[in-house]
Amino acid sequence: MLIALTVLTLLVLAASIRFGAIDFSVAQISRALVSLFPGQPEPTLDQRIFLELRFPRAIMCLLVGASLGVGGTLMQALFRNPIVEPGLVGTSSGAAFGSALFFVLGGVFHIGTSLFALPVAACIGGVLSTYLVFLLARSREDGRASIVMLLLTGLAVNALFMSAIGFLQYIARDPQARSITFWSLGTLSGSSWKTVEIVSISTIAGTLIALRYAKQLNALMIGEEEATYLGVNVNRLKWIILSINVVIVAVATAFTGVISFVGLIVPHLLRMIGGADNRYLIAGSALMGATLLTLADLLARLVVRPAELPIGIVTSAVGVPVFIFLLRRRQYVF
Amino acid sequence: MLTATNITFRIGQKELISDISVSFAPGKLHLIIGPNGAGKSTLIKVLARLLRPQNGTVEYEGADVGEAREADLAKHRAVLSQAIEVAFPLTVREVVMMGRYPHFGGRPGPLDENIVDEVMTHFDVTEFSARDYQTLSGGERQRVNFARVLAQLWRDDANQEANGPRARCRYLFLDEPLTFLDIRHQLDFMKKVRAFANAPDVAIVGVVHDLNLAARFADQIVLLNRGRFIAAGTPVEVLTAGLIRDAFGVEPSFVPTQHAGLHLIFE
Repeated sequence: MLIALTVLTLLVLAASIRFGAIDFSVAQISRALVSLFPGQPEPTLDQRIFLELRFPRAIMCLLVGASLGVGGTLMQALFRNPIVEPGLVGTSSGAAFGSALFFVLGGVFHIGTSLFALPVAACIGGVLSTYLVFLLARSREDGRASIVMLLLTGLAVNALFMSAIGFLQYIARDPQARSITFWSLGTLSGSSWKTVEIVSISTIAGTLIALRYAKQLNALMIGEEEATYLGVNVNRLKWIILSINVVIVAVATAFTGVISFVGLIVPHLLRMIGGADNRYLIAGSALMGATLLTLADLLARLVVRPAELPIGIVTSAVGVPVFIFLLRRRQYVF
Repeated sequence: MLTATNITFRIGQKELISDISVSFAPGKLHLIIGPNGAGKSTLIKVLARLLRPQNGTVEYEGADVGEAREADLAKHRAVLSQAIEVAFPLTVREVVMMGRYPHFGGRPGPLDENIVDEVMTHFDVTEFSARDYQTLSGGERQRVNFARVLAQLWRDDANQEANGPRARCRYLFLDEPLTFLDIRHQLDFMKKVRAFANAPDVAIVGVVHDLNLAARFADQIVLLNRGRFIAAGTPVEVLTAGLIRDAFGVEPSFVPTQHAGLHLIFE
């Protein structure tokens, strides 16, 4: 199953680097790649467009998709509920707010918008908003967050951070204002090899660490008490999983903005084809997330070409019907 | 030997169990009885170290269990609860395999696979192996979970060396495992528990509601009422008209039977 998914991911990647505002033929792509080797002639303009825009964007797509997919799987495993995703508990909007704030303040105070400071700002925003959701969703009696409280609180906190982003957008001048608009809708157009580098660290490290906890997350499926009896330190597990989730999602969001519903749909699709074992789900959701986001990005680039749509619009347009379908099936308990 | 000394457990101001001291010998089946709110489940959870008491200690073979690591404890202590729900579709075999999770790192080894095969045969759930746990009936689920906790405590005789020269005692706790089971499955379940309790290094402590099942299967009965220890001893010692009347508020009469020491009917 994982092998089939890997093949699929590579196929979609190939399509993604070929088609867009300009189509590149296989021959052009190989010439562009060859031009990287020493002793070859300088790349032409077309080749540079491919090497510096198209290719890093395609890789970024894989990484961000993988982050969102893994984040969704981790959240669903942790809450034992198939309708949570990183965006729903406030992580994404908080991270987007953190980046927007950083961007605007950077513009106002002329702080250099260093590429490394941006993900840090996004992480802080993501941690704050996620923490806020959990704090507010917790019941006063037993300190537990029920799913319905979590979803409703997440909704409210999301709205709060989105309006804060709107406010920043209102007071910001171009070009910041325009960047923020794109952020709150999600876009991959700003990808460069530098951003790929940063996101690849969090995505790959986060996924590998998460895989180590797959067995413990499986044990959690039969309940927190039962997992404890099976030797799992449940509180520690919760903290580790939430931290991984916040970091991978916030770093991805820092560079691409809020992309909803990928984290929701990916684990669900995987469960339908291969069961709910987290060892398979975590690895699979990295691949499936990468594939789906790359497809969505391809769609965003092709539908109105040579212009492009914000990718968040594409994922929401597809994701909302799926989400409503899941809600109506009611295979779970609130 | 499992020893609880002066256990008191509170939630807020409410004392759920008060100053309970009791011990449980290996090789025996111990059943805790008492009316609703007696603190039976709380005591089980304290003994299994899910809950940590405000006062008192629980010791497994003289070692304070409060200091044990979760992962280490799970190798020789298992708990069977009532009505376990699985959040996502999972095969029956994977649920049983969870019992081996404390014993392997990344992937199950051949020993783990063999043990799972063995317990699944023992509990007659092999035919469900590839089925989704969520589609099973209550009785089938309980058999699967019993197989799971036995897989957790299973000791391979051929592999005795690996368990150390002085293998540790194993503890199995049953938290109202008979709820939702019909009478045939209740009896079947208790017989299997009884058989497992005969292993000299296994101590089983369970909560049951049916006094007749307790009378028939237990080596030791512990009677609790309103969070306090009332009596402990053999069924004949504990199930007396006076103690039952005081604890449960019903009037028992005793009927002689062939296979069990006593049989109770209630007015």
